[in-house]
Amino acid sequence: MTNIPVEAIGVAREQPYPGAPDNWKRFFSFSTDHKVIGIQYLVTSFFFFLVGGIFAMILRGELITPEADLVDRTVYNVMFTMHGSVMLFLWTFPSLLGLANYLVPLMIGARDMAFPRLNAVAFWMVPVVGILMIGSFLVPGGPSQSGWWAYPPMSMQNPTGNLITGQVLWILAVAISGVSSIMGGVNFVTTIVKMRAPGMTFFKMPVFVWTVLAAQLIQLYGLPALTAGAVMLLFDIVFGTGFFDPTKGGNPVLFQHFFWFYSHPAVYVIILPIFGVFSEIFPVYARKPLFGYKIVAVSALIITVVSGIVWVHHLYVSGTPGWMRMFFMVTTMCVAVPTGIKVFAWTATIWGGKLRLDTPMLFALGGLINFVFAGITGIMLASTPIDLHVNNTYFVVGHFHYVLYGAMVFGLFAAIYHWFPKMTGRMYYEGLGKLHFWLAFIGNALNFIPMHPAGLMGMPRRVASYDPEFAFWNVLASLGAFLLGMSTLPFILNMVSSWVQGKKAPDNPWRAIGLEWLVSSPPPVENFEELPVVIAEPYGYGKNEPLTEAQRKELAEA
Amino acid sequence: MTTESSIARGIQAEIVEAHDDAGNRMFGFIVFLLSESVIFLSFFAGYIIYKTTTPDWLPPGVTGLETHDPAINTVVLVSSSFVIYVAERYLHDRKLWGFRLFLLATMAMGSYFLYGQAIEWLGLPFGFTSGVFGGTFYLLTGFHGLHVLSGIVLQLIMLLRSFLPGNYDKGTVGVEATSLFWHFVDVIWIVLYILIYVWQ
Repeated sequence: MTNIPVEAIGVAREQPYPGAPDNWKRFFSFSTDHKVIGIQYLVTSFFFFLVGGIFAMILRGELITPEADLVDRTVYNVMFTMHGSVMLFLWTFPSLLGLANYLVPLMIGARDMAFPRLNAVAFWMVPVVGILMIGSFLVPGGPSQSGWWAYPPMSMQNPTGNLITGQVLWILAVAISGVSSIMGGVNFVTTIVKMRAPGMTFFKMPVFVWTVLAAQLIQLYGLPALTAGAVMLLFDIVFGTGFFDPTKGGNPVLFQHFFWFYSHPAVYVIILPIFGVFSEIFPVYARKPLFGYKIVAVSALIITVVSGIVWVHHLYVSGTPGWMRMFFMVTTMCVAVPTGIKVFAWTATIWGGKLRLDTPMLFALGGLINFVFAGITGIMLASTPIDLHVNNTYFVVGHFHYVLYGAMVFGLFAAIYHWFPKMTGRMYYEGLGKLHFWLAFIGNALNFIPMHPAGLMGMPRRVASYDPEFAFWNVLASLGAFLLGMSTLPFILNMVSSWVQGKKAPDNPWRAIGLEWLVSSPPPVENFEELPVVIAEPYGYGKNEPLTEAQRKELAEA
Repeated sequence: MTTESSIARGIQAEIVEAHDDAGNRMFGFIVFLLSESVIFLSFFAGYIIYKTTTPDWLPPGVTGLETHDPAINTVVLVSSSFVIYVAERYLHDRKLWGFRLFLLATMAMGSYFLYGQAIEWLGLPFGFTSGVFGGTFYLLTGFHGLHVLSGIVLQLIMLLRSFLPGNYDKGTVGVEATSLFWHFVDVIWIVLYILIYVWQ
């Protein structure tokens, strides 16, 4: 009775179909296995990450000189619209869904999601969204140029007079992506509430599962509002109704309300699962239990609630009355409380731990640092007087790229490296992983920090040319962007080569505690030969307590 | 190949048995309805904002909405909620013909509602593009009408499936979900009727 064996116990190492070789063709099929769908999501969304990245390279290439010389202004508008739309609707949301798809059933001890076929349908809508978005380059007039907000009256312009414009395709794509997300939301909430393994109470669930639940609840209450706004916008464009057209008695600001009622909480849909990833990774690589597990778990749900009443902070300059500015400034700042709790808990988890700086831990630490920085500028932006000053400047762009790249993409890379051995049964190359981290960390800082001073000096966003006084900061940012683009190369090399010929991974390479580490790598198609009976809270590092009934029995016999 | 797929099928069967499938479907459907109700809430919120802030709310030449015929429509739709409940009770007692009869009655009442709405639409002096008033009126009633139509289609499917032998061996979750959807459509209509017709 000295050490708990953290390797899998009594689970046969089998390929997905017992006796058959791992068949790559199933990744191109309508598979209902959540593990296949998870990887389909991750790989598809990574492809769109590269597409959105190319758009970003064109944007930063244009901005390296003050004049609009690389691309036409119209093309520049298309580029920032499609960069934002692709990165959000085709990279961040689907990639996090992929991670959640792969991990949630394994972490809660279920054999699959509650609705496997619905899950597959939801995934296969993502390529349709991609085809509509990218296909809008081919219609007359080109893709949408109104930014990812698609604010009317800008988005209602139709100079070519065609029925099918880039903007119409954009709205259709967003609507389909919304339907897919609602399907995912229903599936995840049902799975987490109804399919947990025996003994796994809510307060025995890993924090990642809590955060996925919190994020999917936001999707369920927020997305329909965006859908309502998008339907009205589509009718305005196609049928000539006047919901958002002031000349017909409509109110364009109402669209902003519909849009941000969803799209601000959407930021928490993105960042909450990353909070979950941080909460999973820090205990493993610090060999300590997560500090304040229950409070960290509940604070995810608090964010779900509070994030529903903050959206007007995007509308401080949209003729918002004073009391609204005041109210939403206070609520927005309240979000800092549950997030602050989490940051404190992670810091306390790392504090005094035996840190092992493998690539997942490096990415998680880098992501945490970036997130704290983004949080500080976020509090600044929540304050009405500062926001009025820097609204629609590069300060905002710098802030949300620090959230989306600095925290979200870093967290996602941490997760991919951490669970890569579980998903593929192979180890990645540590050297390439560390190279990827340092390129990304330096590139991220060089790219997005200079945007803050440029914004404070008053450089507006969404412009192809700018005053030469901002040139210094823009050259730095562009160099950082190119570095960030380069950082993807070692990642792709690492993933492809280690998946093909990497070292075979053991079932639990990180000596982590969790149900997903008790099964073989990659897990068998039914996940668990026998459903585990959970008897302990997660993160029992250094406590010598068994996690499942089977482990307890084995210990008692030994 | 065949052994491989039969093993896979065996595993699939095991996966289904391991969980409370019917309970999951009902739970998932309720979650979906809650989410769907947010679309209506958004439209309602939009309607209230437009009605209270638009300077020229009614288009020129329009004095208001006729409330008499829509009131009859409302009574028919709301009572159909009780009729489908009776159908559900018959199914609960495994009296299939009573179930079929009352389900058919529900469908007839739903269809009457849609017919009444079509008559109303055809007689109105304003269109979809007649300002924000016309836009929100047709948007709200049309979106709700689509839900009524979906409800009738679901009921038709449930009616046809009741003739399949052994259809209720795995429980009656499909009928329960259809019935719940119908109550949802009813409640939405009551709010909608108050907002559009009563509050003028």
